[in-house]
Amino acid sequence: MIRLERRASFPKWLGWVIPIASIAAALVAGALLILVSGNDPLTTYSRILDRAFASGEALSATLIAATPLLFTGLAAAAAFKMGVFNIGGQGQFVIGTVTAAWTGLMWGDSLGKAVIPLMILAGVLGGALWAAIAGVLRAWLNTNEIITTLMLNYIAANLASWLIFNSRSYWRLLSGSGLQFPQGRRLPEGSDWPDLSLGSLVLPCGLLIGTAVAVGCWALYRHTRFGFEVAIISDSPEAAAYAGMRTKRKVLAVIALSGGLAGLGGAADVGNFRHVLDPKGLNQSGYGYAGIVIAALARLNPIAVVFVAVLMGGLSNAGRSLQGPDFPAGLVGTLQGMVLFFALGGEVLARYRIRRTVRIPEGVAV
Amino acid sequence: MSIETGQISDVDASLAVAMTGITKQFSGVLANDDVSFDVRAGEVHALLGENGAGKSTLSNVLSGLYHPDAGTIHIAGRRVELSSPRDAIACGIGMVHQHFHPVPTFTVAENIVLGEKRPFRRKETEERIRALGEEFGLPVDPAAKVWQLSVGEQQRVEILKALERQATVLILGEPTAVLTPQESETLFATLRSMARAGRSVVFISHKLDEVMAVSDRVTVLRDGRNVGTVETATTSPRELAHLMVGREVVFSADDHANRPVIDRERVVLRTVDLHADDSRGRPAVRGVDLSVCAGEIVAVCGVSGNGQRELAETICGTRARTRGEVFIDGVATTGRDPREAIEMGVAHIPEDRLHTGLAASASVEHNLVLKSYRRPPMSKGPLLQHRAIRKNAHELIDRFGVKTPGADTSTRLLSGGNVQKVLLARELSGNPHVLVAASPTRGLDVGAIETVRGLLLDAARRGMGVLLITEDLEEAISLSDRIVVMFAGTLAGSVDRDSADITEIGLLMGGNR
Repeated sequence: MIRLERRASFPKWLGWVIPIASIAAALVAGALLILVSGNDPLTTYSRILDRAFASGEALSATLIAATPLLFTGLAAAAAFKMGVFNIGGQGQFVIGTVTAAWTGLMWGDSLGKAVIPLMILAGVLGGALWAAIAGVLRAWLNTNEIITTLMLNYIAANLASWLIFNSRSYWRLLSGSGLQFPQGRRLPEGSDWPDLSLGSLVLPCGLLIGTAVAVGCWALYRHTRFGFEVAIISDSPEAAAYAGMRTKRKVLAVIALSGGLAGLGGAADVGNFRHVLDPKGLNQSGYGYAGIVIAALARLNPIAVVFVAVLMGGLSNAGRSLQGPDFPAGLVGTLQGMVLFFALGGEVLARYRIRRTVRIPEGVAV
Repeated sequence: MSIETGQISDVDASLAVAMTGITKQFSGVLANDDVSFDVRAGEVHALLGENGAGKSTLSNVLSGLYHPDAGTIHIAGRRVELSSPRDAIACGIGMVHQHFHPVPTFTVAENIVLGEKRPFRRKETEERIRALGEEFGLPVDPAAKVWQLSVGEQQRVEILKALERQATVLILGEPTAVLTPQESETLFATLRSMARAGRSVVFISHKLDEVMAVSDRVTVLRDGRNVGTVETATTSPRELAHLMVGREVVFSADDHANRPVIDRERVVLRTVDLHADDSRGRPAVRGVDLSVCAGEIVAVCGVSGNGQRELAETICGTRARTRGEVFIDGVATTGRDPREAIEMGVAHIPEDRLHTGLAASASVEHNLVLKSYRRPPMSKGPLLQHRAIRKNAHELIDRFGVKTPGADTSTRLLSGGNVQKVLLARELSGNPHVLVAASPTRGLDVGAIETVRGLLLDAARRGMGVLLITEDLEEAISLSDRIVVMFAGTLAGSVDRDSADITEIGLLMGGNR
């Protein structure tokens, strides 16, 4: 009989090898698929590579696509680190765009660029408070946060849609073309986030902020008492409570932190790229869900999230720009799915080794 | 899954079981190394050894759970290949595990025949089980629901289950761990009567007194090897302990020089009319008045489930009390916060060490600062001081002799004894006033038990008051200055160790006043 046996220890090199091997395996499996669909895998892959990373413009577009993923990836990683499954990155991201857009609309003209920190603050607060609803329920009423955060995603999505399509809200454009077709108001120019240009490469401000935040998250979890408590609580909540840690407050803090990160992503999205509250685009984006995949691939390491986000951003950017009669439309999505599938498979191999043996019953004295 | 290989061999056919040269390896560790072991028909054969000595590997090989890497098994003279527990049952080998999982809402009869293929006829089955129980002195009502039974009775059900499947060789894994002394006596009588009736019993234990009391022969395993099979009548506990550990063992506190001096003036722990509920909200501690002086070791004895665990947790603030007061070194606690108790100087060795007392996957160095990470030098402001944490770990590992590959090793990889040392090192290094230790030696091997008991005595000698919660009467008598018995949430009696009578205490534990 074949069975999985838990590894006694987890060697450091496996942490690197497994994600890379997973991606390689996904590419091989993807190649078979492309072959079956009647295309040449090598050409297809080289086209993807071209469109994602080969030139300054391609890379710039990839970085734009990566920015929201970076934030939702960090959000998921921050919560999963403690074993709190915040599936609500999507909703928190949306709420972040709503609050940041409101701030931009309100003070973008009067304050100029000084509104940007306010937008950041608004996005973080919006996402954090939205997540805190699930956090309070989880910490004090022991409600399953997977369900609540997921449900809050739908509420956030519908709230954003309602603001633009079903109400005469502050966010909605109520003149000009807005009279024919419901749409959001363009934020004042003053609230546009700047980009950093390096030759043909454009680095979005949001990406730079996100990278700094990733380093901050890493330091928070590695070097602070808070990070220590999170690690202990994720390992054994009983031991944490026994040692006098305030586990409930910590659960709330981690969910709020996670939501704040997603909300900051929303602020970056509206300030850096969309400049308008765009519920339709947001609800179709699936940023929050992609973030979960990215966090898993990065093995919850915030620094690794940056790289994985760029990789996944590259794939979706290439997929978008290559879509056409000679390029299978669903291919990139399929590839992303395969990467996740193999990554999860690799995760199992990281934790367990395969052995041919017989079942060991529990509770037998050795 | 052939059972018999048909080979006729030269193995003595009168032996119920003959295992020869059994070797079994797990990821590089030899759990059994060329072990030969035989059981005669009609004997109780004890398998003795420390934790990790290979007792359960050997019994799992015999019960068909593991397939040995090398070696042969003969049952009643015939060579067999056991590739599953079903094969073993077909050969007449029945296993009763230490922790069994009956279906609580089923009746005794239903649990016993569970898994059998033939149609279930209630009346007939119940009659058969009743008769079987009477035959072997295992009285139990076949129509009773299992949740209504005590643990001892549930164990009888497990034994009956094996007998009902025609087991001629019965393997019992640490069967007394869950029993009171009286229940253990009853079990021993049953095992002896089974042996008289011609069946064989393999009795797995690491408790010397039980092995001496019940067995005809003893096989001692150490580090996966058979270090000797002896007739019980010709051996002594000291010899067995020596075989088990490979060196001389100090047995009880009497052998330790200078017992702690008790400071009667200073009551470090006092509870007044303490009440608390268990996790299901039923009263578990019902009016406990208790005091422990500096330097004193007070043992709370009782069969588990009589509120001792809740008593310990209430004192340590991890469980809310419903009424009453707790004073630590004369100061009243609010009793709502474990952190308060920690800061007032209460150290706690919880029953469930590896999940409550420690974070199992966290490193040894992190577990060693689980309670001190909040303060300098382990942290400054919000920042952890990794260097101080590492230094603290090296000091404590040295001082308490923790065997670990490194300070950053995950704690769950350590042996049971070393896990307990990590826990004790942390708790004692804080120089508390009171140490509440719940079953601190349970599941440990002889060597580790000796260390842990030594540390408890040492703590008392340094002026701590120790509240020792234990089911092990010998431990209570050898370590403590005073023994109180807890039954159904109240303290049923208090005896000085000098006048302690094990039978009397046993009766109090069973609720007979």
